[in-house]
Amino acid sequence: MKLKHLMSAAALAMVSATPGLSAEDSSEPIVIPIHNWSSQIVMSHVVGQMYEMMGNNVEYVTTDSQAVYESVRLGDVTLELEVWEGAFGASFRAALEKGGLHDAGDHNAVTREDWWYPMWTKDACPGLPDWEALNDCAHLFATPETGDKGLFLDGPVDWLKHGKERAEALGLNYVVRNAGSAAALWAHIGAAEADKTPVLVFNWTPNFAEAVWPGEFVEFPAWEDGCDKDPAKGPIPDKLYDCGNPADGYMKKAAWDGMKDKWPNAYEVLTKISFTNPQIAEMAKLVDIEDYEPEEAAEIWLEENEDIWKQWMPEGAT
Amino acid sequence: MADIATSALPSRPATPPRDRVLQALLLLAVLLTALKPVLPDMLIRLPEAWIPPFAAWLDAFFEAIKGDPATGRFGLMMITRWFAEGPLDFLLGVAANLLEGKYRWPFVSDPIPWSAIAVAGAVLGYYLGGWKIALLAGGTFVWTATMGQWEITMQTLSVLAVAAPMGFAIGLVVGIAAWKWKAVDTAIRPVLAVMQTLPFYTYLLPAVIFFKVGPTAGAIATTIYATPPMILMTALGLKKVSPEIVEAGKMSGCTRWQMLTKVYIPSARTEILVGVNQVIMLSLAMVVLTAFIGMPGLGGKLLAMMNSFKLGRSIEIGITIVLVAIMLDQMSKAWVHKLPEHFEKGTPWHVRHKYLLIGITGFVAFFVLAQFVEYFNEVGRRQSLSMGREIDSVIKDFLALDVVQAVTGTIRYVLNVWVLVPFRDALLWIPTPAFILFVMAFAYALGGKRPAIYAAVFFTLVALSGWWDRSIITLYSVLSAVFISTLIGLPLGIFAARSEKWANRILIVCDTAQTFPSFIYLLPAIMLFGITDTTVVLSIVIFTTVPLTRYTIEGLRAVPAEMTEAADMSGCTRWQKLTSVQFPLAMPTLAVGFNQAIMFAFFMVIIAAFIGTQDLGQELQRTLAGTDLGKNFVLGINVSLMALTFDLAIMSWANRRRKALGLG
Repeated sequence: MKLKHLMSAAALAMVSATPGLSAEDSSEPIVIPIHNWSSQIVMSHVVGQMYEMMGNNVEYVTTDSQAVYESVRLGDVTLELEVWEGAFGASFRAALEKGGLHDAGDHNAVTREDWWYPMWTKDACPGLPDWEALNDCAHLFATPETGDKGLFLDGPVDWLKHGKERAEALGLNYVVRNAGSAAALWAHIGAAEADKTPVLVFNWTPNFAEAVWPGEFVEFPAWEDGCDKDPAKGPIPDKLYDCGNPADGYMKKAAWDGMKDKWPNAYEVLTKISFTNPQIAEMAKLVDIEDYEPEEAAEIWLEENEDIWKQWMPEGAT
Repeated sequence: MADIATSALPSRPATPPRDRVLQALLLLAVLLTALKPVLPDMLIRLPEAWIPPFAAWLDAFFEAIKGDPATGRFGLMMITRWFAEGPLDFLLGVAANLLEGKYRWPFVSDPIPWSAIAVAGAVLGYYLGGWKIALLAGGTFVWTATMGQWEITMQTLSVLAVAAPMGFAIGLVVGIAAWKWKAVDTAIRPVLAVMQTLPFYTYLLPAVIFFKVGPTAGAIATTIYATPPMILMTALGLKKVSPEIVEAGKMSGCTRWQMLTKVYIPSARTEILVGVNQVIMLSLAMVVLTAFIGMPGLGGKLLAMMNSFKLGRSIEIGITIVLVAIMLDQMSKAWVHKLPEHFEKGTPWHVRHKYLLIGITGFVAFFVLAQFVEYFNEVGRRQSLSMGREIDSVIKDFLALDVVQAVTGTIRYVLNVWVLVPFRDALLWIPTPAFILFVMAFAYALGGKRPAIYAAVFFTLVALSGWWDRSIITLYSVLSAVFISTLIGLPLGIFAARSEKWANRILIVCDTAQTFPSFIYLLPAIMLFGITDTTVVLSIVIFTTVPLTRYTIEGLRAVPAEMTEAADMSGCTRWQKLTSVQFPLAMPTLAVGFNQAIMFAFFMVIIAAFIGTQDLGQELQRTLAGTDLGKNFVLGINVSLMALTFDLAIMSWANRRRKALGLG
């Protein structure tokens, strides 16, 4: 009983405590999900702080980057700012089919994920980035466990990157192992850094790693639509996965279906938001290289890029 | 952690035909293994077609009880969601508003200044346990603030401040029920045994589905994980209340309620408070794991730091978690030892409550001070003393030393190529029925008939689940790790047990190693040993050596002095004394330690999926991203079944041994 009183008091207080700058938006907090890579965290705070300037309440929750689509669908989380084609396309499409969330437009940024190496690798294997150099250099990438085959460290299994299939289709003399996490990939590169051991790992852009370890993607035969479904596509007529990943994957925003009605102004802004690759890299750099906290990094970014985000804001709100 | 299962299933004393049964089991197992080349396929691995679709059945079951909020079909989810969004969210909101200034009722505009909390903590520490604990409590808060981790620490604590009391309350009530009604006791024991061996990933997914991603799911998962020991300790404490006290209560005409609240619970105070201590420690163990389902704070930050390869700052967060854990552990232990104070009648109020007054005064003073001196209110990231970058370069330089590289390179090569991989392949090579027979023989040799039957049933279920190979790989990592940690933990424990001083030192190291988030040492481990089985096994070893060392020390030190003196008098050498007197007497305790090491290994092997494995952990991690409740449960239960098999066998051996030695 007592609890109920307290709760209604809380509800009352909530209503009265938020003077409506934008009268239309609900005063309930907009829930923004945060994942475990810096550009996404900073971007979420940038957008969150923009919403706060508009008078909205914002809350951040840390969630798994795959499971988040289920949460957006149920409305537990309001939106998602980084939907990567390669990494999250499958989860996003699955949730899209079940209903409850929708596509809120693309960023200007493009994403790419593929086999990658840090620059020092090229000194040992000058034929790179052409994929045909890989077999000649296989011995450079060998470890005690792989014998004379090279080691390619693929992303975690649940990222479904088909590294094994590609190695087989293109006749690469490589053992493909799956790391358990992104952190494991970095530790693998970090360990090789000291004596510049050549390594070949799965990587993607935009990503903080580019700033820490300059590197390049291996250039595989260019992606053709259907390369993963139709053996005829790609250079080898009877194999699937005989191409590289698309070099310009989309990066979308996703919104809960209810957002449009509950926070119309915020929704309007969300559809306008569009970040570019350099902007995202800048956000990541503030945290990963310059050691700011994500909140501070967002403030700095907003301060330095007023002309960019102001044009997305509704009239009269600052 | 594990003696629940066995105390529910007492084993019988050994009978003479024992050896023959054992021989028959082993013979059959060896025969089946030897005949593998000519065995039909169905005796090597269960044919796919025979595997019942457990996951689909479970999914259907969950779907049925879950209900569907979208269509309005009533189900469990309505209740849990109501609870999560109503009372639970409210409580979390209040705690979050007070500690970190989240915008919730009661709308205290700013979070409480760190300095005020530090002072109040120190005074409370002094009240509970004197200067040492005051220093520990105050110091922990000062460290947290000056490292620039105040906000995330408070986020963690604000959830724990709800989850831990919830665990306490549920544990107390269920514990009382289990003590009062035999039926409840019998019903919950197997449930608790499974719960304590179930991998945490299996709690996380249902927590998200039923209680919404974020702090609510985090709080629920923490509570579920932390409650079992509280139930057990409450029931245990109440059972131990002496009849005299009960008589006294009855004679003074207590009602049943009064009997419970004024007689039983105060008399069981010590056990109940030990339960509280366990709740707190287990809650802290979940800080990092619940970050996977949206728990804010230290855990989430730690994962983010690791994903951007910041070892130094990860370690600093790890230290904070250890400090907070040790602080809460010491304070709650001091509370156990501190008996209620009694004052003369007529003592003035301010004397009776002097610590409360000092605490409040300090709190208010710093609260006011913080309004003027910003540093005492909040330490900005730039002002903090964090040395993440420096630690990073120290670690990297160390790992890059030629000596280190050469040594680890050799270990990696020898362990991987000569030991681990052949061992794994051998285990995988054994036909399923032969493997089950081997496990049965092991359980029979140790525990007798009952554990052997359980072993047979449990491992047959694992085979039927369709995840046999992955289960065997999981088991292989566990066995390898426990074997290696025995080689380390046993000698270390024997050495430490020889003097009080060293025993204490090593025990402190054990405590620290146990609370330090295991995720953090995974990264340096990968850098040293690559993404290999060696890394997986060695990171489990760090974790499993702790109970082995601890129980060796405790077992050896608990050997009665008369016994060792008698050995000295009969002219034993040190070695003879150890092998013929101390070890036999310490064996039951050692077995408990060994058992715990296995349970810890089953826990840690799942975390090792973070490195990259091909076992159940990897599949479990995969389910976390989706909504496959059924598959998630099947995988989790497999881990649980294997762990319980060992638990039952070893603990029944330890109990028998204890009885044989007359240790009760």
